[in-house]
Amino acid sequence: MRTPSRTPDRALLRDAAAIAAAMVAVGASFGAITIAYGLPTWVPFLMSAAVFAGGAQFLAVGLIAAGNPLAAVLAGLLLNARHLPFGLAVSATVGPRWRDRLIGSHLMTDEVVAFTLAEEDPSRRRRTYWLIGITLFTSWNLGSALGVWLGGAAGDPAALGLDAAFPAGLIALILPSLRDRDTRVVALVGAAVAVALTPVLPAGLPVLFALLGLCAVFLPRRRAGQVAEAGQVAEAGPVTGAGRRVETEEAPC
Amino acid sequence: MLIAAILTLAVGTYTMRLSGVLLRDRLELSDRLQRLLPMAAASLLAALATTAALMEGASFAGVARPAGVVVGALLAWRRAPFVVVVLAAAATAALLRLAGVE
Repeated sequence: MRTPSRTPDRALLRDAAAIAAAMVAVGASFGAITIAYGLPTWVPFLMSAAVFAGGAQFLAVGLIAAGNPLAAVLAGLLLNARHLPFGLAVSATVGPRWRDRLIGSHLMTDEVVAFTLAEEDPSRRRRTYWLIGITLFTSWNLGSALGVWLGGAAGDPAALGLDAAFPAGLIALILPSLRDRDTRVVALVGAAVAVALTPVLPAGLPVLFALLGLCAVFLPRRRAGQVAEAGQVAEAGPVTGAGRRVETEEAPC
Repeated sequence: MLIAAILTLAVGTYTMRLSGVLLRDRLELSDRLQRLLPMAAASLLAALATTAALMEGASFAGVARPAGVVVGALLAWRRAPFVVVVLAAAATAALLRLAGVE
């Protein structure tokens, strides 16, 4: 997303401010909805601080208000299961120190991961992770509190178009990584699988099935590897050399 | 019951976040598998963005939201700044709704 400029940190701060403003607005609608459901005032405060996952929070308060707290827990956990692979991907950025890991893990959200992986340089990644993480945690909790205070006056995020802003922001952040052919194939197949499964599976699962997109790259390559061994190297060889193709045996698909 | 549900969700979510970060050290990953991790994350994020753009629950999200996302995505593709992408997507969806297009 961000091309190298003379003031890269200013660009990062500007982006952080944009996403923080959106988070305050969506957080406010979360706070307001929770109160409108008739749940106690402490619920949005505790959830935004302790769960800190927007999608799961909206889903959970809906199910709790419908009188099904067990379903709320299960659905919320399913929706948040993607944080495990996210954790694997950003582990090196969070760093080896226990303090950083214990605090940094709690700050992990879709947006933080997207912002972080959009950076190339490890030290910039690190700065981005913490800056965006702390900004989002603060603005989300501020927004929730604001929503509790304002109640119905908090406004509808859809009227502001915020439901379009978040997917667009994510797309902007992952676009640079899609310049890599393999990543592009994996992401497109994954997205198609998730959309196709959304009508039939509970929330959270379709997105996890997007990991099947990895097979789209690694299954054909294994086959290509076998063909290459038969002598058609030029036709089959994607990026890796012939020697490395043996390693496809350990690919997960 | 309410507080137990919320705390369970909080602890469970935190556990999944932390275990990814901690597991990374325990896993002896080859170069190839290491390359898979950012690809897996990109795939999850792409799936999140696409489902959030197109779907509302189990059905399609209508016109306004996908249109806003498409405008944002086009701007992002033309390397517009992040702020512009987000604002244009939101404005498109909001204006369409104002005009009565859901």
